[in-house]
Amino acid sequence: MKQLILILALVFSFASGQAQEKKDAKKKKNVEHVISVNGNCEMCKKRIEKAAYSVKGVKSAQWHQDHQDMHVIIDETKTSIDEVHQAVAKAGHDTKKAKADDKTYEKLHHCCQYERLKDN
Amino acid sequence: MKKYLIILFVLLGFYGFSQQKIRGVVYENTEDDKNLPLLGVNVLWEGTTEGTQTDINGKFELDYRENAQLVFSFVGMRTETVAVTRGQELTVILYPDNMIEAIVIERKKANLSRNKASALNVTTISSGELLKAACCNLSEAFETNPSIDVNFSDAVTGNKQIRMLGLNSPYILIAEENIPAVRGASQATGLNFIPGTWVESIQVTKGAGSVVNGYESISGQINYELLKPMNDIPLFVNAYASTDSRYELNTHINKKVSDKWATTLFLHGNTRTSEKDMNHDHFLDNPLGKQINVLNRWQYTNAEKGWVSFLNLRYMNDEKQSGSVYFDKDRDKLTTNYWGSEILTEKMDASAKVGYVFPDAPWKSFGFQNSFNSHNQDSYFGLREFNIHQKSFYSNLIYNSILSNTLHKFSTGLNFTYDGYDEQVDNLSGTTMTDFSRKDNSVGTFFEYTYDNNDDFSLVAGVRLDNHNRLGTFVTPRIHTRYTPWAGGTLKASVGRGVRSANIFAENQHLFASSREFKILNTGGKIYGLDPEVAWNYGVSVMQNFKLFGKNAEVIADFYRTDFENQVVVDLYANPQEVLFYNLDGSSFANSFQLEFNYEITHHFNIRTAYKYYDIQTDYLNGRDSKPLQAKHRFFANIGYETHVTDKGKQWKFDWTMNVLGKQKLPYTGSNPLAYQAREFSETLTLMNAQVTHSFSPVFEVYVGGENITNYQQDNAIIDAHNPFGTYFDSSMIYGPVFGSMYYVGLRFKIDK
Repeated sequence: MKQLILILALVFSFASGQAQEKKDAKKKKNVEHVISVNGNCEMCKKRIEKAAYSVKGVKSAQWHQDHQDMHVIIDETKTSIDEVHQAVAKAGHDTKKAKADDKTYEKLHHCCQYERLKDN
Repeated sequence: MKKYLIILFVLLGFYGFSQQKIRGVVYENTEDDKNLPLLGVNVLWEGTTEGTQTDINGKFELDYRENAQLVFSFVGMRTETVAVTRGQELTVILYPDNMIEAIVIERKKANLSRNKASALNVTTISSGELLKAACCNLSEAFETNPSIDVNFSDAVTGNKQIRMLGLNSPYILIAEENIPAVRGASQATGLNFIPGTWVESIQVTKGAGSVVNGYESISGQINYELLKPMNDIPLFVNAYASTDSRYELNTHINKKVSDKWATTLFLHGNTRTSEKDMNHDHFLDNPLGKQINVLNRWQYTNAEKGWVSFLNLRYMNDEKQSGSVYFDKDRDKLTTNYWGSEILTEKMDASAKVGYVFPDAPWKSFGFQNSFNSHNQDSYFGLREFNIHQKSFYSNLIYNSILSNTLHKFSTGLNFTYDGYDEQVDNLSGTTMTDFSRKDNSVGTFFEYTYDNNDDFSLVAGVRLDNHNRLGTFVTPRIHTRYTPWAGGTLKASVGRGVRSANIFAENQHLFASSREFKILNTGGKIYGLDPEVAWNYGVSVMQNFKLFGKNAEVIADFYRTDFENQVVVDLYANPQEVLFYNLDGSSFANSFQLEFNYEITHHFNIRTAYKYYDIQTDYLNGRDSKPLQAKHRFFANIGYETHVTDKGKQWKFDWTMNVLGKQKLPYTGSNPLAYQAREFSETLTLMNAQVTHSFSPVFEVYVGGENITNYQQDNAIIDAHNPFGTYFDSSMIYGPVFGSMYYVGLRFKIDK
């Protein structure tokens, strides 16, 4: 009897956990995000946008040099904004949420080597 | 440009400080790199005016807020934004804001710019360029653009014809805001009925062009955009007068009715009153006439919801009279007293366009265009009458969207057109009229895919499938590519097919002012007994930007070939007393090569030059020959200079254009008596135009100019002018200006709010 109650309790908590997830996962097909991406010149624009487009589910990506940010419209049922952060960082450009690997950064064309935010 | 970094020291609040407060110190970084506490720094929660200020020791304290950022600002220092977490002790250093006020050098968009990014070979002519031409309507708007050749008006109709790639305007699809406009009955005359001041910009595409607007384009597409009520100024007035007795008045009145609705009323009137006969052949050099043209536009824009709508209502009435200086239209009409001609045109249009852009997906949109037109021309040329009344309806539904992402766009839609022609023609002066009335309709669908790799390559590939009651069921595929091999270099290539029906009388009505009998040699086809015109167009374009003596220069080389599968051949070589129309038997092609060199000496001082070579040949009944009245070699040069606009809005603008036309082959007149024979070739001619504009203020400007300043006049423009009802009369062999030099003056008055 005790075991049964225990199992029931486990299942119940698990199920309620699931229900919770379903409630706040209302994914939309066209969601606009503005993320800050560091970069220096027009050459960087192509690389940054290309990296964003390489993520399946990214519908539109436009990087603006003057604001150092990128407007992205993604299909949340296919991807998430974090994947975009990762893809851009992988190409060598820091974003607020993801940093580029030092080796990749060094490989960038010298005009593209933007000043990196150092945080300890 | 050094970037200033924020150095943030985050200390964990272990000292028993209340976890509900944020504390910190703000320092100022001085020129000798010392950090001094700064009094009076604003410490505000982002997006609000709530917060505090630092004290004399640079210290501050606030209540903690979840998920918020603090903004530190102080005049002369660069503002810093910091995200806070519970129990933080912040140290913030502010740096001087040394960034030079970014001087916004507003690079004025060039008046005439080749669209490098597009896969299509498109040049955009802006309103600034349109102001350089003398006048007055759209047929004269291309005089400073080398890609379009403007030819000369014949003395009778006064219409200027345009050509692209050496082919006449019937082979160009001319659209108004993407709705085909100058076609059918208005093919030869339509451009003259659009006042230049109504036009916002013109896009000129060489080669077959996009499939979205239709299947009729063979050598190119011209799309003109009219001024939009939402962007327009409250009042614009333009008055013009010239030495060839032409007077024009344009008035635009605009009102923004609400934040969503705006309307403009465009009024145009022109008249030519006095008779000029500079070459003393007793024929008027330019037709007398008057025109009234009214357009009312309404625009609805709801940017948040994504709806845009345009409604146009237009009425135009034009009267032209030409011919003998002694001709009196009430007394001599359709008699042999004197030779005269009248062309009376009345047009009415109503069109509505609705567009919807999905607000959360800006690449997705719908467009629905509908246009109803009525064009009536009643005319006579000597004893020969020509009446054509056309009623048209056009409807186009377009859907634009993307495949996976915005690098892959597509456009698709459905199209329906109807044309009802009520047409009567007198083939041979003074004989019976033949009725060519008919109804045309077509249904079509198209799909166009655009790919851009966001780097160096783009492609536009489209295909149309149409079913037309006279042209049959046919496919017109088109493909355009662009490749950027290196910085400043652009390579474009295109292939496309076009199909059209030739309205032989409307398109060649200038030939009515002659003694030629119009003969149609085929009877089997559905269009006046003839077959549809079908052609393939191939082209390549190479463009390179470079620096010459430190200034911007560009070289552009275009080569295009148009190959006709079938053409309605207009034969002026067989017999001087006839013009023959027949289906092509053999080949007909047009090769055109254009080399442009443009140099920007300063941003306000530009030189444009172009050399054009045309090799256009057709298999006529008598064998292969080159196209008549077409120069093989043409040279164009334009110099434009503007002074800086002063604070009071004063400015001077200077513009000079030169065109050199090589010799042109004239229609055959060898069988005429010697006195009535034209030469085989015309001579080379050089023409010059110039204009000076002075703006007194942003409100008022005056311009003065001259056309054909070298006073070239074609001699013997009319064959046998003394005997216009005789066998040899022909006033259609015009290869240069008939009038001589012409000077004009005008003013423009604007109220901009």
